[in-house]
Amino acid sequence: MDISSINPVLLIASLMVAATPILLAAIGELVVEKAGVLNLGVEGMMITGAIAGFAAAVETGSPFVGFVAAAAGGAALSMLFVLLTQFALANHVASGLALTLFGLGLSALIGQSYGGVKPPPIGKLDLGPLSDLPVIGPILFSQDLVVYLGIALVAAVWALLKFTRAGLVLRAVGESHDAAHALGYKVVRIRILAILFGGACAGLGGAYISLVRVPQWTDGMTAGVGWIALALVVFASWRPWRVLLGAYLFGGITVLQLNLQAAGVAIPVEYLAMSPYIITIVVLVILSADKNKAPASLGRIFHASQ
Amino acid sequence: MKLTKLLAGVAIGLGLATAGMAQDKPKIGFIYVGPVNDGGWSQHHHEAAMAMKEHFGDAVEVVERENVPEGADAERAITDMALKGADLIFTTSFGFMDPTINVAKKFPKVKFEHATGYKTADNVGVYSARFYEGRAVTGFLAGKMTKTNKIGYIGSFPIPEVIRGINSTFIHAKKANPDVELSVVWVNTWFDPAKEADATQALIDQGVDVVLAHTDSTAPLAVLEKSGGYGFGQAADMAEFGPKPRLSSIIDEWAPYYIARTQAVIDGTWASDNTWDGIAAGMVGIGEISSEVPAEIKAEAEALKASIESGEYHPFTGPLNKQDGSTWLAEGEVADDGTLAGMNFYVEGVKGDIPQ
Repeated sequence: MDISSINPVLLIASLMVAATPILLAAIGELVVEKAGVLNLGVEGMMITGAIAGFAAAVETGSPFVGFVAAAAGGAALSMLFVLLTQFALANHVASGLALTLFGLGLSALIGQSYGGVKPPPIGKLDLGPLSDLPVIGPILFSQDLVVYLGIALVAAVWALLKFTRAGLVLRAVGESHDAAHALGYKVVRIRILAILFGGACAGLGGAYISLVRVPQWTDGMTAGVGWIALALVVFASWRPWRVLLGAYLFGGITVLQLNLQAAGVAIPVEYLAMSPYIITIVVLVILSADKNKAPASLGRIFHASQ
Repeated sequence: MKLTKLLAGVAIGLGLATAGMAQDKPKIGFIYVGPVNDGGWSQHHHEAAMAMKEHFGDAVEVVERENVPEGADAERAITDMALKGADLIFTTSFGFMDPTINVAKKFPKVKFEHATGYKTADNVGVYSARFYEGRAVTGFLAGKMTKTNKIGYIGSFPIPEVIRGINSTFIHAKKANPDVELSVVWVNTWFDPAKEADATQALIDQGVDVVLAHTDSTAPLAVLEKSGGYGFGQAADMAEFGPKPRLSSIIDEWAPYYIARTQAVIDGTWASDNTWDGIAAGMVGIGEISSEVPAEIKAEAEALKASIESGEYHPFTGPLNKQDGSTWLAEGEVADDGTLAGMNFYVEGVKGDIPQ
């Protein structure tokens, strides 16, 4: 047993990488649910983003194009969800599950010729002397850009929901779509925009796995991250900063338990393996003791005639 | 009326005829735990199945099912395949063992072959490869090539096959380099690229510079390529990662076995068996050793391989102690297959406990 061999700086730097896909997908889903839509298709949109981003990055040689394509791919798949739930008025839960199954199959089909291909490497932020600073250099100033994008998105979503009129309207639609409709807000249009944003975020999260974290394409490589992101939104009681906390906690303990194993710490592996789930749930449940409720119209179908 | 009766008669006749034809042509089923393009374990079984199909041409029909989870759901998938008329079903992951035995009881006429397990029945045979022979060679290379004297092993599940791999790796790494230390990380999955990548990164962060994976995807090699360090191809050659980080590989050669067993079904001579072959029989192959490895080390590794192949050397030859220091094998004594098949202990020098 030798805990001293775990370098906390490297640990924090790699937990930020491990947490980013969950964070991106969860912050997108938070906006969707705040608008009163329950999209269970996060996993499907993530894997579609993963292959769309991978394919675009390989074909063009540019990771940036890859991430743009990933966001577009995730959003395009979420359009299907829009058609089903906002126009055909289908059940949100069933449509979301279908979206996940469809996304997994579609990505496997597109990805057939991309097995064993290497994506172009993504550059890390290099701030010269800042990146060379001890301790905070590797943590704060030498990650790749997507890690910062994730944090920036959380801040932006928080500010939008808390301080802006647009955020107020979005929340109104999520709390009572009938009242929002009576006030003259375009419920369907606002929800479509929220769903597309959620799809784009999930796509980015997926591409982060296929372009940065693993760098390769394999069928089903998101392996359930989308479901964890979905659960995280609920446990974070629909609050952006708690989503960030939850994602880092989950990513952090996942990485920490692997490091503890590698360092040979004498805690049974079974406890280590379950620890990310348990600790994340316990912390977020304690935090959400202040009776934060789900958006009142979450998952309900809206039609202007009713 | 007459016309409809006639048509119905023709339809039934045709149905019987096609059913009869279907029975003439053996239907061979394969169940995989991962996707057939995982780049490793499942893909290699799939390619062997395709090689078998090519060998027989139109004489057999091959049906496959990928991404089948281990556990109760596997039973449903195997039952489904048996119901659809498969004559011989290969279940290609350790966790399919009990489901295979359960389904086999219900379908006494269907024949089953389970990979890497140990439970047999009249209509269930088992087959596996002596991967530990390959692990001896890769472990030796790992011991020679590490600069930090720390090597890492990514374990999937604590089953005898993986324990044998860890022990064989450690014994031969230690022979190559007495100062070597082995860190084992369990990921509790055969296939989860992101988790395999995280585990590899965790090992690298701890100063490990050679990682041996016992999982199915190529993610560990992808991370090693990015972060520096060496690794090995597992189940498939994974030559696309050479010459660095991939130093060599353990390749599973299932195709000859699949061809032989399918032939046995066609001939009606199939009987339950327990096949466990290694380098000598060609079931375990060692991939080309990379140009990163200095010539004299490469020669030593090849000599080790040759001595295992000729039967002159067994990777588990005494003196060997168990982890607690008690004697396992005396000087010159060779492990018997029974102990190896159920191996549930580490050899002396491996750190940590085996999860129960």
